[in-house]
Amino acid sequence: MAHFEKAKSLNEWLDQRLAINTLNRVLAKEYWIPKDINFLWAMGMVLAITFGILLVSGIFLLMYYQPNVDLAFDSVNFTIMQEVGYGWLWRHVHAVAASVVFLIIYIHMFTGIYYGSYKKGRELIWISGMLLFVAFSAEAFSGYMLPWGQMSYWAGMVITNLFSMGSLELNGIVEWIRGDYVPAQAFLDRFFMLHVLLIPVAILALIGVHFGALRLPHVNNQNGEEIDFAVEAEKYKAGNKAASKVIAFANDFMSKDLFVVAVFLVFFFYLVFWNYGFAMDPVNFDPADGLVTPAHIYPEWYFLWSYEILRPFSKDIGLVAFAFAQVIFFLLPFLDRSPNAVPANRRGLFSIWFWAMLVDLIVLTAMGKLPPEGIYSTIGLVAALVFIALWIILPIITKLEKKL
Amino acid sequence: MGKAFGAVAGVGAVGALYAMKKSWDPLPSVKAAGFTTVDMSVCTPNKLIVEKWRGKPIFILKKTAEMVAAQNEEQTARDVIVGGEHFLIAVGLCTHLGCIPAYRENEHGFLCACHGGEFDASGIDTKAPPPSPLVIPPFKITGTTVVLGEAGPEYSKMKESGITA
Repeated sequence: MAHFEKAKSLNEWLDQRLAINTLNRVLAKEYWIPKDINFLWAMGMVLAITFGILLVSGIFLLMYYQPNVDLAFDSVNFTIMQEVGYGWLWRHVHAVAASVVFLIIYIHMFTGIYYGSYKKGRELIWISGMLLFVAFSAEAFSGYMLPWGQMSYWAGMVITNLFSMGSLELNGIVEWIRGDYVPAQAFLDRFFMLHVLLIPVAILALIGVHFGALRLPHVNNQNGEEIDFAVEAEKYKAGNKAASKVIAFANDFMSKDLFVVAVFLVFFFYLVFWNYGFAMDPVNFDPADGLVTPAHIYPEWYFLWSYEILRPFSKDIGLVAFAFAQVIFFLLPFLDRSPNAVPANRRGLFSIWFWAMLVDLIVLTAMGKLPPEGIYSTIGLVAALVFIALWIILPIITKLEKKL
Repeated sequence: MGKAFGAVAGVGAVGALYAMKKSWDPLPSVKAAGFTTVDMSVCTPNKLIVEKWRGKPIFILKKTAEMVAAQNEEQTARDVIVGGEHFLIAVGLCTHLGCIPAYRENEHGFLCACHGGEFDASGIDTKAPPPSPLVIPPFKITGTTVVLGEAGPEYSKMKESGITA
């Protein structure tokens, strides 16, 4: 038995047993954030809060949802929407947050790409972030199955068919994933489990890794300046806060962070109360029917770009291109051969690459929503080829980049 | 000691993974409910009938004499002949990603709305992205009825010659 002094206060009592003062110092009071940043640095906190909103609204939906092919549709569209007090609120909050969280993820990702925040010790932040993106995608997809409407059913059919690996015709794997020949009871039950337990647990673990990977390299700043955090921290602690290039995470940075969160929440609740329609596809208000395909199947807006990379090609090439699109962002820290961790606008050709990639993804997103006919097919094909080409030239143009 | 511990843990892990894999397999009751009987004598030429077999839509199309006459050998080889009439019998899911193509009576062909794939009246793919013809399900002809899910001699012949996957 280790020796414990009698504690004089609750704080001391907890500190003896949990080292809360050390935790508070390492994670908040002496976790240094550069001053030279902007509102885009608050996206991580916006995401954390949005995830919290999804968790809380999800808990309330979970109490009335029925994971049964005969009951699921009505449990959502009648019980939750019409009978449960404020059930509509939880559903609209959950649906809007699930959509908006991807908008913020994309902003967060492209902020990282623009400022080079995936290099020089920050590789694991990028990789854990991409794993989070994959986990959120799986979470969004599995959640989309649950209302068991037409879009749920057919999205489930199309996405699970991807696992037959094209001409390899691995239908056994597809049937194994579904637990049936087509999406049915076993399928709904297992995706329900994934949505409410396994994937959220994985997301929580990954968020831990993501934050942990950030602690030693610290967040980047607007000019990619290399900061001696020990020296700047001393200035700050000596009271010379004006001369120091850093501030403490709590309460200094947190107060700014939460201000951005507050602005975001105004926008978020505006969507929840007045413009939730974009997150509720009208086709999904028809109950699932395995004998009628909706005239036009498309995923939610945040998957459109990768869907459009799948679509214009023949089946096997499309699958390879799709797989390429899914994994290639993981490799960004290694495909970018330049040592310059500075904003894209100071990186010559990379600056053009950045904007070309952003515009290309927007074009792919727009084309993915339109029917695959005529000129839209052609634009989609060109945009998909441009996407692949941009990744192929990335190592070359960054290798040629002048060292700053 | 470490190796022995690792070996025991490894055996346990493999066993657990095997059990997890089997737990996700389709249930016996799901596998058992797999036969559908169709009366072919009620079909009207050039009108598509959609039956359900193992949760999947099955296209049944009686071809008109003109359609049969205009066919090439590859197309005729896929016909199911019941009582002297030529039929298309196929799983009504696009071989690209599993949407249900729509039948266009005037064009005598199928169009998939999801990704723009097309098939002719014999289920042969005529426009990408679908990589292969519509799949012909196992069938057995008895008089003017067809049992889906059971492989008769006509089906086995098609399967062996590689006409259907």
